Amino acid sequence: MIEFKQVSKTYRVAKRQAGMGNAVKSFFSREYNTVHALQDVSFTIRDGEMVGYIGPNGAGKSTTIKIMCGVLTPDGGECRVDGRIPYKERVAHVRNIGVVFGQRSQLWWDVPVIDSFDLIRDIYRVEENTYRKNVSELAELLDLGEILQTPVRTLSLGQRMRCEIAASLLHNPKVLFLDEPTIGLDAVSKIAVRKFIRNLNAEKKTTIVLTTHDMQDIEALTERILLIGRGRILLDGKLADLKKQVSERKTMEIRYQGAPPDIEDGMQLVESGKGWMTVSFEPSEIPVPRAIAYFAAETELLDVSVSDISTEEMVAGMYKEYRL
Amino acid sequence: MRLYWNYFLMELKSQMQYKASFVLTMVGQFVTSFTTFFGIQFIFDRINGVDDFTYGQVLLCFSVIMMSFAIGEMFGGGLAVFPDLIREGSLDRILVRPRSILPQIIMPNMDFSRLGLLLQAAIVLAIAVPVSGVTWTGKKIFVFVMMVACGSVLFFCLFLLVAAVSFFTIQNLNFLDIFTYGMRDFGKYPFSVYGDAVLKVLTFGIPLALVQYYPLLYLLEREEGIWYMISPLLSLLFMVPSCWFYRFGLKNYKSSGS
Repeated sequence: MIEFKQVSKTYRVAKRQAGMGNAVKSFFSREYNTVHALQDVSFTIRDGEMVGYIGPNGAGKSTTIKIMCGVLTPDGGECRVDGRIPYKERVAHVRNIGVVFGQRSQLWWDVPVIDSFDLIRDIYRVEENTYRKNVSELAELLDLGEILQTPVRTLSLGQRMRCEIAASLLHNPKVLFLDEPTIGLDAVSKIAVRKFIRNLNAEKKTTIVLTTHDMQDIEALTERILLIGRGRILLDGKLADLKKQVSERKTMEIRYQGAPPDIEDGMQLVESGKGWMTVSFEPSEIPVPRAIAYFAAETELLDVSVSDISTEEMVAGMYKEYRL
Repeated sequence: MRLYWNYFLMELKSQMQYKASFVLTMVGQFVTSFTTFFGIQFIFDRINGVDDFTYGQVLLCFSVIMMSFAIGEMFGGGLAVFPDLIREGSLDRILVRPRSILPQIIMPNMDFSRLGLLLQAAIVLAIAVPVSGVTWTGKKIFVFVMMVACGSVLFFCLFLLVAAVSFFTIQNLNFLDIFTYGMRDFGKYPFSVYGDAVLKVLTFGIPLALVQYYPLLYLLEREEGIWYMISPLLSLLFMVPSCWFYRFGLKNYKSSGS
């Protein structure tokens, strides 16, 4: 269980202006800006939950993750993971967590992946049997096969990320922190990584905290999301509920033959082209079946697809609403 | 321990990937620090003594500091990567591992080309011992070993202090090298030659004189007091503020980037 109680963290950042003159000036006297990275952040994550932690750049996501990992010490409030205070009982705490920083490697650059794994086994004092079992299991699930013998520097980004994830799980952590795990990956790798994370949570009941800017990650993986902005938790809830809260508006794309139909009152034209158009409407005003029936009567309908607003749109909407 | 041995091997494997660079650095280190040795040679070509110390005695002093420095740097020199670790965020990675932090930084950053320096210190020592005019007794050998051992710890502490400064700022801090590399060059003569004020600073501030000047007097039988004999041990007190400062810095660690 992860508990955050009114945690706050402030940074002092030196103000700098461009130019040599200012650089010299700042050498002697410096002004500081106080940045409130986190203010009174409280939340609880239960064992076995998978939570998406989202927010724009600079909102405090990484600061939160780093406090949970024991890297940073908060200025106020308290954070407990499994009853331990991470930054005070660092060694005992990190034995039970796995961390993947998407933009930073935990593997040794010049040696084959398996050598890095061996070293990690020694760092965490993983038993030989457990280790062998985990390596073969992870190698199969993440399709590492021949990659294990390759030096890390020659791996592609997707291959490396799969190795990173495997490396963070060798010691059977109870909690896994993923900081932008799919950043820069191609579609195939993304899907493979997501599928693996989902299974991990379902089968091993590993608690997973995930930060990402990729809304498809959120959609594919998490039920619950935490939205943070300007150092505060703004929303905490189920993805589906949040979507409804922002808007229930439906988007409908139709394909037709012949002349373009007129749209019904209350509908809004989003986009149109030769033989297709996208409209949006409130289902409380126009129920979906009626909208379909309307177009079927108006024109020779070929295809219809109806969707809720996308997570992307929803998040953009929320950022706008909270002026982030 | 096995872990750190493996770290060691891992690093050796990596460094061996760049063989030519490894050998050249080792040779380079050997040659550059020998210039200091020649510096002393040339000075004593012209004069017979510095502040009551003969050539052999200065050489003994030099070899103690060099040996201490070589050992201290072998372990502590790797801490020079601290600012880079912080800038690149690798320190985060180290912090999320269930092991002590310093060995995790030191072992992978062991620079084997520094073995050249150690070898050289041993050579200078071999030259210095017969010409220093010290009559060696069991006690004196013990004091001498203490000088080198405590000196190594002191230099390590200095490297640690300099590294810990980067918790507060990661700007270019090369001037701080004066406390590490500067002290080595400084320490080739007995500290009394720099005058009383400097000697005081090096006794009560950065207590390098406690592993060099005072026990040297004991070795040369100019002073007999017990304090002169155990002065190297007293210098170990310097570990207290060093560790405190390092811990204080770690608590203030701000991490970087996303």
